[in-house]
Amino acid sequence: MKPAGFTYHRPATVDDAVAVLAEVGPAGKVLAGGQSLVPLLNMRLAAPEHLVDVNRLSDLAYVRADGDGVTVGALARHADVERDEAAYAVLPLLRDTLRHVAHPTIRNRGTTVGSIAHADPAGELTAVLALLAGTVTLRSAAGERTVTAADFFTGPMSTCAGAAELVTSVTFPVPEGRTGTVWTEVARRHGDYAVCGTGVVVTLDDDLRVAGARAAYVSVGPEPVVLDLTEAVAGEMHDAADWPAAGRLAAGRLDPDDDIHATAAYRTRLAEVLTTRALREAAGRAAGATTAARREASGGDQ
Amino acid sequence: MSPAEELYEVTLVVNGVPRSATVPARRLLSDFLRHDLELTGTHVGCEHGVCGACTVLVDGRPIRSCLQFAVTVDGAEVTTVEGCTRPDGELGPVQQAFRDCHGLQCGFCTPGFVTTVTAYLEENPAPTTEQAREAIAGNLCRCTGYQNIVASVLRAAELRQTPAEEASR
Ligand SMILES: Cc1cc2nc3c(=O)[nH]c(=O)nc-3n(C[C@H](O)[C@H](O)[C@H](O)COP(=O)(O)OP(=O)(O)OC[C@H]3O[C@@H](n4cnc5c(N)ncnc54)[C@H](O)[C@@H]3O)c2cc1C
Ligand code: FES
Ligand code: FES
Repeated sequence: MKPAGFTYHRPATVDDAVAVLAEVGPAGKVLAGGQSLVPLLNMRLAAPEHLVDVNRLSDLAYVRADGDGVTVGALARHADVERDEAAYAVLPLLRDTLRHVAHPTIRNRGTTVGSIAHADPAGELTAVLALLAGTVTLRSAAGERTVTAADFFTGPMSTCAGAAELVTSVTFPVPEGRTGTVWTEVARRHGDYAVCGTGVVVTLDDDLRVAGARAAYVSVGPEPVVLDLTEAVAGEMHDAADWPAAGRLAAGRLDPDDDIHATAAYRTRLAEVLTTRALREAAGRAAGATTAARREASGGDQ
Repeated sequence: MSPAEELYEVTLVVNGVPRSATVPARRLLSDFLRHDLELTGTHVGCEHGVCGACTVLVDGRPIRSCLQFAVTVDGAEVTTVEGCTRPDGELGPVQQAFRDCHGLQCGFCTPGFVTTVTAYLEENPAPTTEQAREAIAGNLCRCTGYQNIVASVLRAAELRQTPAEEASR
């Protein structure tokens, strides 16, 4: 099907964009990569009166990485973030996760900020932003504000962003300490939305004992779910921890729904298995990173 | 549709040739190519991004033309399946490989595979079978069962390495 008619705006600056958004109010929608919005328009599940196309705001086409985290501007495509070597060096979880977000062809157009703004509970990046306790920066004609992921996501496909607000960037912080991260999911085909997916961060102390274990999930709740699973494995050695206990703890706390893709019971079981697997792998990475860092440090001494 | 729908002049360089048409903002790139420019090589299957039949290259990168408005990509360089030929107009390496390996039956999905694979081989000129399979995971085919499409990707990689005369034997 074809989209219904709309009034088209293509602002050239962020100031112009927020001015138009203020003017059209709730009758307007931002058009970024179009990979979620255009299907809705084509199927006429949405028919906004005004579309504000932000594809000319080239100032927002950036990925900035430093030791604290990775900040992604609203016009950076998933593919730009995925390919960014500096971002990969400080936060490998982003690339590791993006490889599961749709297909390369979709990632060439879809924006990372757009997928956060869309707040699909099946969208991997919403879970990653929540897992890392990241932030979202919004601009309107009235000014700028930055909110935490926890405040930003307010329900399935819903956020605290007002109709006159443009999300200008999102920041994914680098987790502190000796950490390893993993994204894993089960989907019918590579690139499809996951039946269940999880991203985890494991933190080890100086003796390589588990100091923290957190996991975030897609497709098991109305908004990104983040669980602290540390109590199941705290103080255990990284290679001998009872990861299945952490998986069981997660399964007990999740409450997914049935849908046409899977039953709630199957999703819960998947969450348990994926959590166990991801945490074990992340602990290995955390220990490996430590060893590699030490090797490099001692190499530097010689 | 309101009779007073505003029109935009959109100019694209399609397969190396500047082309323009005046269209409403809601004209999808897929329809712009097919209806306004009469380049019907690009196919439209699902019109919601799932099947991949409409895939074209915009500034060298494959995208779903059914999920973009023509006006958004005004000024871009577009390559469609019609542009995946050799400079002399003969079948390009990917097209030739699909023919050699029986990589198509009804041909409906083929334009999307050819454009996707053309861009993929630029990035990864020598894929493994596993990589070839993943490269086409975003495109649907209802006929072939994919085995011959995977073979076509691998054959296309070979053809790209061989000089044209040798390849056509
Ligand atoms: C076949 C297919 C498979 C997919 N599979 C996955 C998948 O497995 N995982 C996944 O996470 N995603 C998937 N996606 C969606 C994809 O990741 C989208 O790119 C993303 O969800 C939205 O980004 P966009 O730039 O395309 O946004 P658009 O489609 O342009 O916009 C989406 C929504 O966000 C709003 N919006 C966008 N940018 C802003 C902004 N800067 N400020 C305020 N509001 C904004 C829009 O108004 C709209 O409501 C898939 C898409 C397709 C077509
Ligand atoms: S027609 Fe565009 S993906 Fe199916
Ligand atoms: S050849 Fe018929 S759909 Fe692929």
